[in-house]
Amino acid sequence: MTMRSLAAYLFVLLLAFPAFAVEPDEILEDPVLEARARDLSKQLRCVVCQNQDIDSSNAGVARDLRILVRERLVAGDTDEQVLDFVVARYGDYVLFRPPWKPTTYALWIAPFLVLAIGATAAGAVLLRARSKSGPFGLSVQEEAEFADLKKHLEQER
Amino acid sequence: MTPEIGVFALALALGLALVQSILPMIGAARNNALWMGSAKATAIGQTVFIGLSFAALMRSFVVSDFTVRNVAENSHSLKPMLFKIAGTWGSHEGSLLLWVLILAAFGGGVAVFGRNIPDALKARTLAAQAWISVGFLSFLLLTSNPFERLYPPPIDGNDLNPLLQDVGLAMHPPLLYVGYVGFSIVFSFAVAALIEGRVDAAWARWVRPWTLAAWISLTAGIALGSWWAYYELGWGGWWFWDPVENVSFMPWLLGTALLHSAIVTEKRGAFKSWTILLAILTFSLSLLGTFIVRSGLLTSVHAFAVDPERGVYILALLGLSIGGSLTLYAWRAPEMESGGVFAPVSREAGLLINNLLLGVATATVLFGTLYPLFLEAITGDKISVGPPFFNASFVPIMLPLVFVMGFGPFLSWKRADLRGVLQRLWGLLLLSFAAAAIVWYLTTGGPLLAVLSLAMAFWLFLATLREWAGRIRLLEAPFAESVRRANGLPRASYGMTVAHLGLAIAMFGFIGSSAWKSEQVVFVSPGNEIGIAGFDVRFDGVERRQGPNYLADVGTLVVTRDGKPVTTLFPERRFYPVAESNTTESAIRSTLAGDLYASLAEPAADDAKPGAWTLRILYEPLVNFIWLGSAMLVLGGGLSLSDRRLRIGAPRRSTAAPANATPAE
Amino acid sequence: MKRLLVALPLLIVIVIGGFLLWGLNPERDPNAIPSVLISQPAPEFDLPPLEGIGVPGLARSDLTETGEPVVVNVFASWCVPCRAEHAELTRMVRDDGVRLMGINYKDKPKDALRWLNNLGNPYERIGTDLDGRAGIEWGISGVPETFIVDGSGTVLYRYVGPVVGDEAVEKLSTALAQVRANAGAGS
Repeated sequence: MTMRSLAAYLFVLLLAFPAFAVEPDEILEDPVLEARARDLSKQLRCVVCQNQDIDSSNAGVARDLRILVRERLVAGDTDEQVLDFVVARYGDYVLFRPPWKPTTYALWIAPFLVLAIGATAAGAVLLRARSKSGPFGLSVQEEAEFADLKKHLEQER
Repeated sequence: MTPEIGVFALALALGLALVQSILPMIGAARNNALWMGSAKATAIGQTVFIGLSFAALMRSFVVSDFTVRNVAENSHSLKPMLFKIAGTWGSHEGSLLLWVLILAAFGGGVAVFGRNIPDALKARTLAAQAWISVGFLSFLLLTSNPFERLYPPPIDGNDLNPLLQDVGLAMHPPLLYVGYVGFSIVFSFAVAALIEGRVDAAWARWVRPWTLAAWISLTAGIALGSWWAYYELGWGGWWFWDPVENVSFMPWLLGTALLHSAIVTEKRGAFKSWTILLAILTFSLSLLGTFIVRSGLLTSVHAFAVDPERGVYILALLGLSIGGSLTLYAWRAPEMESGGVFAPVSREAGLLINNLLLGVATATVLFGTLYPLFLEAITGDKISVGPPFFNASFVPIMLPLVFVMGFGPFLSWKRADLRGVLQRLWGLLLLSFAAAAIVWYLTTGGPLLAVLSLAMAFWLFLATLREWAGRIRLLEAPFAESVRRANGLPRASYGMTVAHLGLAIAMFGFIGSSAWKSEQVVFVSPGNEIGIAGFDVRFDGVERRQGPNYLADVGTLVVTRDGKPVTTLFPERRFYPVAESNTTESAIRSTLAGDLYASLAEPAADDAKPGAWTLRILYEPLVNFIWLGSAMLVLGGGLSLSDRRLRIGAPRRSTAAPANATPAE
Repeated sequence: MKRLLVALPLLIVIVIGGFLLWGLNPERDPNAIPSVLISQPAPEFDLPPLEGIGVPGLARSDLTETGEPVVVNVFASWCVPCRAEHAELTRMVRDDGVRLMGINYKDKPKDALRWLNNLGNPYERIGTDLDGRAGIEWGISGVPETFIVDGSGTVLYRYVGPVVGDEAVEKLSTALAQVRANAGAGS
């Protein structure tokens, strides 16, 4: 599909269901469930939008999913079950927090790995710097003080 | 006629850039002063011609010359003048023209102000800068001519995306670009140093002001963009970890690392090849940003109109500049002798940890942003990496950084007395945790990470103040002595204090507005009242008004607290007929304690509640601390930049790098 | 060792560059989301018919024992591209002997009826999905969308957007022909 026809297509979708993020009539009576619903909606990606969660999206499908999430919660689903329900129909793509599975091990491990490698390298730099400086290295401040003292002594002499 | 002048000026600039990319380089190799000196004239000439071209495009926008395709597609005769001008950089073509203008201007700046930089280094730097110029000017002329004519011209233009018709956003790209593109000159300095095979304290000192200038501007640009998202999009969020936001944030992170590592190179002659690498990588990330925003590679809210062919061209430019410079680096860096010995506990070591953590944070953001692409290429699976990932991985890296930031400035160069520093600071650390715990108790809630972050913010704030107090011997010496010392401290040292305080203050804002935000989404009919965060908000109805190029539905909200009037808010919903789109103009009552934020959606659907409107009211505690903190970061950078010792091109190589005893910066 | 270390940034950049180049491949649509239904049994749904059109409703059970591949099309009268697609689908039913099932997505039955009476009804069965719940079961992101389901009710192909223009028609026909060929070989 060309970009233009895609744009036209999305445009149709938007016109068809004017709505504005979370609508008051969607909101649940129970504040605890509603808070969970809002939280879940923020983790779910709107499938027709450009990188938006369904909570802030005004697309029709996003609204349907928001209502669906609330229905599942009212029916007694756990957060996990609700997410699984949506993933079963739309795939991992809808999760803003990628699941922990073989294809995403690399993603979740990478920050730790980079940190470990970086820390090792930094440690090596520190150790090498120490071996060069020797046990009697003075700090810059001490060097300055020492120089002052020396000058002082020389003047007194 | 004007558009033709614009194209012609661009072509001339390309010619000058070609000369500048070759002649000074040869001159420097042969020690030919005349050839090296030519760089000055060509660099200034380039700036003037591109400036002329930019002025020509701006004129076309100002007079609404719809024979120019760019103007027809992005402007409208009824648009307010400010946005006509801002339309100059509203499109891909126009913003790229701004991009090359800034690129040339930084080269011109070095040519004019870098009087004390040795001729050879200056010539090579300007030549390297011209290589980038040649690449992007030819890209502009060949694929994205901003002056392309349209025949027959339309009667009126298509208008700029209404979301973008906003003062904050009009100023956002220029600032962001000065930052982004400003790092090009640091990149060129690094390439020149690699060619010369010489990096020393003087080099670091020459590069410093340019790095600072770019960093200040990038900080301001990002803050402005996030402020815009906050009040314009109507959701109240200020950072979404969108790919396009991430690509502007990565050069900032690495640029911050560069600022600090350059200090070590300047003061102690250490971290040389690391500083060079950071200089190359920072600008590489800027280039990556330019590529991602313009190629449509990743799905984003903010991307420009997409054209894969342009993507290929930019990618080729990226390959040449980044690949070329890193090849040069791989070849020359091993020959750079590493100088400056230091102990595992020292200012150097502290800054090493700073660089390590900032580097890891950058890598995490980069990897998270590109991972969906990697996975799609390898397995075909599509996944999303969004805010939950970045919050979970980025924040835990930042907290130790903030911890180190607190006591880093207490460490002296070369070898520091850790026990002594800890003795002075453990009280503050305890105090910070106590303060965070009290806040947690009072507000009863918020995630544990928020409490930890809060403790770190308190810690950074207190430790930074303590460091300044210690430096002027506040309460230890007579007050007059402290005042004298406070006046005597170098500006760069105030720069550090203000910037570090700024980060602490911004952190209060980040935490407050994300952990303790409250929100109400309701249908309202005239007369309804809503209570939020201690305020009572009464809805008095909606009135239709006519704007210059839009229709507005303006709501009236009367805000009271304990029966006393506080303010009246007028959130708007605008409809732009030409662009056929709506925007929400939120109304905000700002105080330092928090923002009361109201935005109006359309009338409720008939089957829901006839005659009512959907109203969204948020209370964002401490959110203004974010912008205040950002302003302090910018101010701190500015103070540092204005330090007399760092005046652009101040030191000569012979007198450079005294082993300075003042633990500045 | 040091040589290797300083070359590391270059190597990383080259790898990333390779991925970026792959990403620019014009065949790739960054916005396309693969359907999780492919090679899976059709989802559970049971929709009432559109009153007045004279064809029965649509449920999962209607897809499991057809014995031959069918096309399931999600449409609505408010969807402008659907109108363009309608002519193409009608042609495929008439000329290529395609069996076409419809899901009328979030439409007012009155509008849908008028729309089909004006344009003609190529659908063998039409399920009315008033609240869009069946649409979610099918994992659709918008209308129109078109699926190919084999004789035993397994979803084999999905096309997002209107089947209009040579390229789109070509894609759907090729996929259908392939499914038919496989079914022929299997029986």
